[in-house]
Amino acid sequence: MHALIQAIILGILTGGVYALMASGQTLIFGIMKVVNLAQGAFVVLGAYLTYTLFVQFGMDPFASVLITTPLMFLVGVGLQWALIRPLHSDDVAQLSLLVTFALALGVEGILSFAYSTTLTNIQPKYANFSWTVVGYQVNLVRFCAFALSLVVLAVLYLVLKRTKFGRAVRATVQNPMSAQLLGVNAQRVSALGFGLGAATAASAGSVFGMLNAFNPGSHYDLISRLLTVVVLGGLGSIGGSVVAALVMGVASSVVSAMASPIWSDFTFFIVLLLVLLLRPRGLFGARTRGAL
Amino acid sequence: MKALLARVGVVRAVAFFGVLVIVPLVTGQIGWLTNALIFTIMYAALASSWNLVGGYAGYPSLGHAAFFGLGAYSMAIVFNGSVYGGYLPFVMLPLVAIGAALISLPIGWVAMRTRADVFAIVTITVLFIAQTLAFNFNTVTGGAQGKSVAPAPFDVSTYNWPFYYAMLTLLAIAMGISLYFRRSKIGLSLATVRADEEKAHGVGVRVTAVKLIAFAVSCGIVAMVGGVWAYYVGFVYPQFAVDPLITIGMVLMTFLGGRGTLWGPVLGAFILVPAQEFFAFTFGASQLYLFAYAAVFLVIMLFLPRGILPSISDRLRKKRAAANGILRDASDAASAVSAQPAAHQTGVTR
Repeated sequence: MHALIQAIILGILTGGVYALMASGQTLIFGIMKVVNLAQGAFVVLGAYLTYTLFVQFGMDPFASVLITTPLMFLVGVGLQWALIRPLHSDDVAQLSLLVTFALALGVEGILSFAYSTTLTNIQPKYANFSWTVVGYQVNLVRFCAFALSLVVLAVLYLVLKRTKFGRAVRATVQNPMSAQLLGVNAQRVSALGFGLGAATAASAGSVFGMLNAFNPGSHYDLISRLLTVVVLGGLGSIGGSVVAALVMGVASSVVSAMASPIWSDFTFFIVLLLVLLLRPRGLFGARTRGAL
Repeated sequence: MKALLARVGVVRAVAFFGVLVIVPLVTGQIGWLTNALIFTIMYAALASSWNLVGGYAGYPSLGHAAFFGLGAYSMAIVFNGSVYGGYLPFVMLPLVAIGAALISLPIGWVAMRTRADVFAIVTITVLFIAQTLAFNFNTVTGGAQGKSVAPAPFDVSTYNWPFYYAMLTLLAIAMGISLYFRRSKIGLSLATVRADEEKAHGVGVRVTAVKLIAFAVSCGIVAMVGGVWAYYVGFVYPQFAVDPLITIGMVLMTFLGGRGTLWGPVLGAFILVPAQEFFAFTFGASQLYLFAYAAVFLVIMLFLPRGILPSISDRLRKKRAAANGILRDASDAASAVSAQPAAHQTGVTR
């Protein structure tokens, strides 16, 4: 029982970070109907940026979020402008998938060239510090990572709910054509939305680098988990992706603790298959949305 | 006109396969050439079979490398100790194909309940599952240490030949099936699935059946190619047998040559595999190779999204139309009509 509760705590803390990554991905899908296969690569890129700032300049990984996030926002806007926007012709769904896949490969290639493919980890001094709360271990870094994820998600929520840009985004997600008729600049919303998605990936990457050993190839692992999360949550639903991320975090952590870490990967795949069999639009997906 | 076109097609096929059959006989001593051609033909066969699903049916599978790995591992597991004279593995290939096709049926059935985006997600997950299994199912796959196929007892001077002709046969099979699809009711049904699946279903096309046939056949051929590959390279490691780059190779070559065409995937393979070898040679083992590959990919997607052959035939058709004195806007109208199903397919909410 103790082990189970410990695993659940761990799962919730990890799930928070996945929620951050997945919210960006589902946001991108909601706005552009693009499944961003490069989201995992963005996370790894964010992790390597943080790693460099930490090793070269001794910057605290949590503080470096303030640099990596805006930076990756700009990178995301640029990539959308250069690679996704020109595609908007006849076959966007297929082409954008392949383009983002290529993007992921390209990022992997550059990172392997710059950092080599050996596993690295960001290890600040406090990395192994943990509290004991009524008999359960709570790791400081994991807790702060979870808190940071909540903060970024809250900021994202406020941006979407309270700003004019956010209203334009939500309108585009609901009905792109009506939104355009009402004067929403679809190109701009798409570019900024993609930037936001990349930014959430980068902020998640900073903490991901402290929690896991990573190398440029880690994005394959990440993207397979993220895809499960966003499909489970319902493509395009941010709230759904947060719930799904927490569910999957707990599920994989419990399986990992009770069975073996190998099978924790399989929980993702099995859940994905079950979702597709039983409820293909996910927990919170709208029926008409996207290509489902 | 139609008979003439058919004859041109036959001549083209005979010339293409004739040259490929003769090449090793003429250049028997040049090992690297047959070696390079084996990989080129391998990718041509892979791309041609991917085209059955990704091109004709419009379902972009990203998981075909899983079936490539399945074929490779079944070879390595069965012929781990001995290859019994050397030719038995080739004889066993149809069994590999049937096995892979049977395994692909439930996967395809689940995956093809969804449309383009989610289908790609499911199939890429299949790829990751296969990779995880290959790495962790140690008793069967040998884990990260891999699994070897016993060396073939062929004569050194013509060692490559059996593999070469096996790959060539597989390419011929893949193209033959591709041609059959184009000429038969299956191909027509797949075209309707690609254009507008719901309407196709509505008018009585058996969409699920044709999709599954295409998927299973495609996976079966890919598994056979994987089997020959495993026998040829002699060693199966999880990271090479179940490699996302193999999937990407198939997709990229089909897109470059032209989706849904007979010769497009082959053309794409004969352009890209040599280019790939050149990159690998130039950039060596450094990972810039991966970057160069991604860059080529992006350039194709952005500037030639429909592929070489459709672009050329489009231009030819326009020229012919202009020569016949047909007004330009007539061909525009025709292309607008042909673009319409694609619009249907990509989004409900557009």
